[in-house]
Amino acid sequence: MDLISCTDATFSYEGNVAVQNLNFTIQSGDYLCIVGENGSGKSTLIRGLLRLKTPSGGKVTVAPSLKPNEVGYLPQQTQAQRDFPSSVYETVLSGRLSARGLLPFYTKGDKKIVLENLERLKIYDLKDKCYRELSGGQQQRVLLCRALCATKKALLLDEPVTGLDPKVTIELYETIQEINKTMGITIIMVSHDIKSIMDYATHILHLKNKQLFFGAKADYENSKVGKMFLGGDDVV
Amino acid sequence: MGVTTLFDLLKEMFSPEFIFMRRAVLVGVLVSLCASLLGVNLVLKRYSMIGDGLSHVGFGALAIATSFHWSPLYVSIPVVVLAAFGLLRISESSKIKGDAAIALISTGSLAVGVMVMSKTVGMNTDVCNFMFGSILGIAKGDVYLSVPLSIIVLVMYVLFYNKIFAITFDENFAKATGTNVTAYNMLIAFLTAITIVLGMRIMGALLISSLIIFPALTSMRLCKNFKAVTICSAVISVFCFFIGMVISYIAATPTGASIVGVNIIMFGIFSLISHIKDKGFFKVKEAV
Repeated sequence: MDLISCTDATFSYEGNVAVQNLNFTIQSGDYLCIVGENGSGKSTLIRGLLRLKTPSGGKVTVAPSLKPNEVGYLPQQTQAQRDFPSSVYETVLSGRLSARGLLPFYTKGDKKIVLENLERLKIYDLKDKCYRELSGGQQQRVLLCRALCATKKALLLDEPVTGLDPKVTIELYETIQEINKTMGITIIMVSHDIKSIMDYATHILHLKNKQLFFGAKADYENSKVGKMFLGGDDVV
Repeated sequence: MGVTTLFDLLKEMFSPEFIFMRRAVLVGVLVSLCASLLGVNLVLKRYSMIGDGLSHVGFGALAIATSFHWSPLYVSIPVVVLAAFGLLRISESSKIKGDAAIALISTGSLAVGVMVMSKTVGMNTDVCNFMFGSILGIAKGDVYLSVPLSIIVLVMYVLFYNKIFAITFDENFAKATGTNVTAYNMLIAFLTAITIVLGMRIMGALLISSLIIFPALTSMRLCKNFKAVTICSAVISVFCFFIGMVISYIAATPTGASIVGVNIIMFGIFSLISHIKDKGFFKVKEAV
């Protein structure tokens, strides 16, 4: 099933084009990785896919079955968050907000989902710990857990492994893959870390202010762009 | 001071001759509660200075209202609410720097207020009271407006607590998952504006923002989760307000300044405890 499609989509900031001429379709259950250099328009595209930013040209079509309050999102962390005085449980519970609509308080059902997801991501023991006292990897896991509480369909992740050590990075990737495989949740991830991502993603979208490649991982490995980028060379 | 003398003092403070004390304490406790709850979110959202900016706008509005013999609260509430929405707009737009805009608006309204007062009623004790607060600031009519308004602020805060938490922790996530962040930011700005106007008469325009910032920062020294920070902040705020009032009554010091003084001491105590805990001072001793 087509989940999100871009047709000639262009995104700009104050008149400057960030990324243009995007044509691709994400199927339900895909694991798409968006790669490219810094400033190639990856994060802008994520904001576009989340409908936080409207395209300045072309269009983004989202399947009617995927309502805005049914996507999970793992944003890049802000400085203010790193020293935020909240418990892990409170943070994860806020992922259920979109499901509540205008109702003021969380239900028993919400709390059950939170506990299940804490268990699933193996951070149940951290539940009463303070968010700011966790390690970087644990904080990412908490934010992933929150994102998971918001969705049954699609997760968008913006540079989830930035600043994590290699062992923790692999663990986080394994967890994301498990979410994709066992729960059937579509994954759309932005990453710098192209080499390790090749072990997990099913599709690759390569950007350099325009679309250089979109397709299955195997095709990317054989493409000219893919060979150069995987070889560590910059793409001109 | 013995227990009996303390009791006598409180009895004297709240005796019918000092009806203004009862009013000030009633309004003050409610405003302290509102300010401390909203303060946690404002401090964490890096919006502390908006409170300061708004209080200066409030001073300007109050000065103009007094000069023309208009009702102070009915004039300053709408003006400050509008200013709050304006400041929020500015801090969200990337083109103008928020801190500079706040400084611009706050000094601007202070200057206009002082100019208007000096040309009409003159630079009298009113100006001093507006700046630094006064126990006598709460008139009988103000109570009828202040009490229901602060109760509305408290009820709204409780009803929207979960939403306010979510947008304070992570605006991008809340927005991406379909929460109307702009509306809730406006709600916070609206509640803050009302709280500041209500508290300004007791605390003074220059000091009211301390009521927002101090209890939040103090409780964050020690509390490890958001609910605890919020509750602790509310308790500290009311406690400091009350002690400050008593000191102000005994020593005849300006009310606002006395309350801030108690807040400074509390902040110091909490910081010290947190420092000792972090450095493992007690643990080291045990090991030795």
